[in-house]
Amino acid sequence: MKHIDEYRDAALARSLAQHLAARVSRPWTLMEVCGGQTHAIARFGLDQLLPPGLTLVHGPGCPVCVTPLALIDAAIAIARREDVTLCAYGDMLRVPGTASDLLRERAAGRDVRIVYSPMDALALAEAQPDRRVVHFAVGFETTAPAHAMAAWQARRRGVDNFSLLVAQVLVPPAMAAILDAPDNRVDGFLAAGHVCAITGWGGYRELAARYRVPIVVTGFEPVDILRGIVSCVEQLESGQAQVENAYRRAVREDGQPTARALIETVFEVVPRRWRGMGTLPASGLALREAYAAHDAAKIFGPPAEPPAAAEGDCIAGEVLRGVRTPRDCPAFGRGCTPAHPLGAPMVSGEGACAAYYRYRRTPTTAVTP
Amino acid sequence: MCLAVPGRVEAILVEEPLARLGRVDFGGVSREVNLSFTPEAAVGSYVLTHVGFAIACIDEDEAAQVLAALAAATGETP
Ligand code: SF4
Repeated sequence: MKHIDEYRDAALARSLAQHLAARVSRPWTLMEVCGGQTHAIARFGLDQLLPPGLTLVHGPGCPVCVTPLALIDAAIAIARREDVTLCAYGDMLRVPGTASDLLRERAAGRDVRIVYSPMDALALAEAQPDRRVVHFAVGFETTAPAHAMAAWQARRRGVDNFSLLVAQVLVPPAMAAILDAPDNRVDGFLAAGHVCAITGWGGYRELAARYRVPIVVTGFEPVDILRGIVSCVEQLESGQAQVENAYRRAVREDGQPTARALIETVFEVVPRRWRGMGTLPASGLALREAYAAHDAAKIFGPPAEPPAAAEGDCIAGEVLRGVRTPRDCPAFGRGCTPAHPLGAPMVSGEGACAAYYRYRRTPTTAVTP
Repeated sequence: MCLAVPGRVEAILVEEPLARLGRVDFGGVSREVNLSFTPEAAVGSYVLTHVGFAIACIDEDEAAQVLAALAAATGETP
């Protein structure tokens, strides 16, 4: 298909890999921020095309993976109410909560629906005015405008039985937290192209300057990802630390202004808890006071804290910060598989654990740290 | 989840700010897509769609330039 196939050209990919091999003079570690990129890297074996010494670590850009246990439990508690229809994206149904998951709740007769868009959930609320429809609004900046639109339309049209359980997170604060960590090994970032399609890339300048780290806005197809890696390595080799846009067909400096304005109207920036990364300041979105009537956290009460040990053996936190890989996890492929996930990164198609399990069950030797 | 799929706009169904709706073809499968955030998308444009919303209208000139530059570079690589 157009705008896909051209970027999967094997000869082009090999030529970019050769170019890269000629440019790398010492070891570098790059992080691809977005789980969609992690998935493509595993699927197409892109890390195996890289020269020795060039390491890719996987970032936190999997919204399903970073949603904290407390919010999963909150969604389950809401779904258990007789008067509620809970809507969620497909991946969320299998994420383990403390004692259950949404799929099990659905099997037990709760009204849990998989939706493709928040507008489908809004339409459902309009179609069944006697039920309360709650949409589990998980996502990064890419998804924020869709959720903002659903809330804005609900308020404007007076759909009082529609609300959002917001688990909306922002990428730049997570990148800063990764760089601030004492065990950080990231030298450069491939920034998430679809997040930047909404927000633009101008806002990353401050981050690049503050941490002296190159940030290259990168797409999702093999050739896009290799181009992002080439740009990032060229900056590192020549001692630069700039924001570069290697996904120009989809990303503009100012992003999508209408989407940004709607996000600003509906949401405010708040601290958010991330799975495995703790609470990061100004790292998420919550509905503004004017939207309180559509805020599930206000209607049903804030999520309760789960027991401290609930996350068990899962090292998702370290995987999400790029400090360890799924293969470092003792449960990987043994206690934890996509059929019986112990942690969110094994559930979502964008989770690093699921990507490794699907494409990379045996260790490869191509990548040396 | 931030995956966004490219598709070609076949028709504009509703032309209203913040409720702009189109029909988009994804390699043979048609879907209604909210085009509120991509006012520049017209019939024939390619848009990237995520959870039912077009989040970007693909800039064909940029795409062509990059592919041409890459093709030239590939040709030169020994
Ligand atoms: S393999 Fe399973 S248990 Fe281990 S980090 Fe990944 S999700 Fe958690």
